[in-house]
Amino acid sequence: MTAFVQPDGINTKPLVQARNVHKAYEHLEVLKGIDLDVMSGEVVVILGPSGSGKSTFLRCINHLEAIQKGFIEVDGDQIGYRVKNDRLEKLSANGIAKQRRKIGMVFQQFNLYPHMTVLQNIIEAPVGVHGHNRKEAIETAKGLLQRVGLLEKADNYPRQLSGGQQQRVAIARALAIKPKLMLFDEPTSALDPELVGEVLATMKDLAKQGLTMIVVTHEIGFAREAADRVVFMDGGVIVEQGKPEEVIGNPQHPRTQAFLSRFL
Amino acid sequence: MSNNITTNAAPSGAADFRDVATAHTPFRTWRLLLWLVIAIVVVDFGWIVANNENFGWPVVAQYFFDPTVIQGLYVSLGLTVVGMILGVIVGLVIAIMRMSSDRLASGFASLFIWFFRGTPLLVQLIFWYNMSTLFPNLSIAIPFGPTLASWDTNSVITPMTAAIVGLALNEAAYMAEIIRGGLISVDRGQAETAEAFGMTKARALWRIIIPQAMRSIVPPTGNQLISMIKATSLVSVIAMADLLYSVQSIYNRTFEIIPMLLVAVLWYLLITSILNIGQNYIEAYYGRSDRRNAGAPKPVAVTEEASH
Ligand SMILES: Nc1ncnc2c1ncn2[C@@H]1O[C@H](COP(=O)(O)OP(=O)(O)OP(=O)(O)O)[C@@H](O)[C@H]1O
Ligand SMILES: [Mg+2]
Repeated sequence: MTAFVQPDGINTKPLVQARNVHKAYEHLEVLKGIDLDVMSGEVVVILGPSGSGKSTFLRCINHLEAIQKGFIEVDGDQIGYRVKNDRLEKLSANGIAKQRRKIGMVFQQFNLYPHMTVLQNIIEAPVGVHGHNRKEAIETAKGLLQRVGLLEKADNYPRQLSGGQQQRVAIARALAIKPKLMLFDEPTSALDPELVGEVLATMKDLAKQGLTMIVVTHEIGFAREAADRVVFMDGGVIVEQGKPEEVIGNPQHPRTQAFLSRFL
Repeated sequence: MSNNITTNAAPSGAADFRDVATAHTPFRTWRLLLWLVIAIVVVDFGWIVANNENFGWPVVAQYFFDPTVIQGLYVSLGLTVVGMILGVIVGLVIAIMRMSSDRLASGFASLFIWFFRGTPLLVQLIFWYNMSTLFPNLSIAIPFGPTLASWDTNSVITPMTAAIVGLALNEAAYMAEIIRGGLISVDRGQAETAEAFGMTKARALWRIIIPQAMRSIVPPTGNQLISMIKATSLVSVIAMADLLYSVQSIYNRTFEIIPMLLVAVLWYLLITSILNIGQNYIEAYYGRSDRRNAGAPKPVAVTEEASH
């Protein structure tokens, strides 16, 4: 299988750049100035208590939510905007759709298309959005299914699969568009405990292959094993970040300590 | 006696009669009696109707395939099909406008639905038919500017166009609400996923949202189609020669009112029965992803079988 290492590994411009990101819902301030750089091939795990704004931040990265202040750039594109005559201009919905095409996303509730078979789910975006050749897309899809261990389920409908299998299909679907960046929002939270392992194993596999990933999760074990960097968020700001053994093994901030103590 | 007790106590013996495979249904006397009573009433009623000379069954048989009646039938079916197709297309547009965040679009859609659902279809048809008294000329013009083209209203609004426009716009108002209900019923996460994968809104609607909405759109649409067939009988008031109008034109000559109305009734029943069957197959098609029996992952084969 081809690895996901980006060729431009040396001239180190971050793949994702977030600067002073602010986001509010009406009067509720959810993000209060987030700064984060993610390098190509890096796996960043975001930890934090419920309501700290992790999902919101992830959704801002591919502009599912608009931010009110600051900027977010992915692979040189400021998603949702373009520069015209030295001024920033809001893009139309279809313009934003185009920019999103290099970002894959995996949701807590899987969100497979229930009216399509597993194979149709996977080739929908490559064929319909990216204009790939259908035959090749099917071959790629089968390769991806093989990789997540579900090749024999290609012609089943999502409802006929277990939760863990559905989430692995969702991962294969996101990989099928050959994303430069993958976003995971609590991919194992909706799963029964015995199914969590198979999904995490698939994700660790991707991490090893050098795919750039931002993962929101409560799985401390995954963070410790697979993350290059752990970011701890609380109250809409990044409280602490660093190597997993630092942040998880020896947290400096009292709020991080309090949060992690619950997992011991 | 002692034998009996041992059977009850021994678990192996108990398992024999407790196995549900050996269960039988006891004879239900009351149910049979009820069946008999209903059957007798139905047969008796049928007998009375069939033997009552006032129904004029020979006349019904004579005119059932009469060219005038068949012509009217074609008109009714044609109006239904065209009205329904236009109604669904306009209804879809109105539903999307109604759901849009654009105030102007959703306001217009609400107004459309309010007006066409709020007034009787019969009145709408008569209005369209008498358009020429309101607007003697129809023209394409730049607002407050020069006229580009103009037609005499009476040459554009024939009974046929009045009927089609009237039926289609009325249908569109109802379909818009049915379609909107269907679109709303689809999990929000689906639209969001399509968006995250870079689909345009139109593509997400067409490929992801509408196919899922169909499950809740089809049953009420079947209802609409059936009431549409009957609603076409209203166009007889604007001198459109539909099924009802043609049987009327016959009984105006022969005065065989009841038999001729029976001809129309039987045709309407026949068509709605056929539509019911069609609806069942369509519902089965859109429900195909619901089957949990993972042993049969070949949905296409299932629908092909169903169409035999
Ligand atoms: N669409 C919305 N409208 C209003 N408030 C929202 C919306 N989405 C999220 N919020 C609020 O924003 C805050 C942050 O939510 P977010 O989902 O980002 O938290 P989270 O860190 O992902 O939590 P969890 O671990 O429970 O998923 C919460 O207080 C939530 O109630
Ligand atoms: Mg969340």
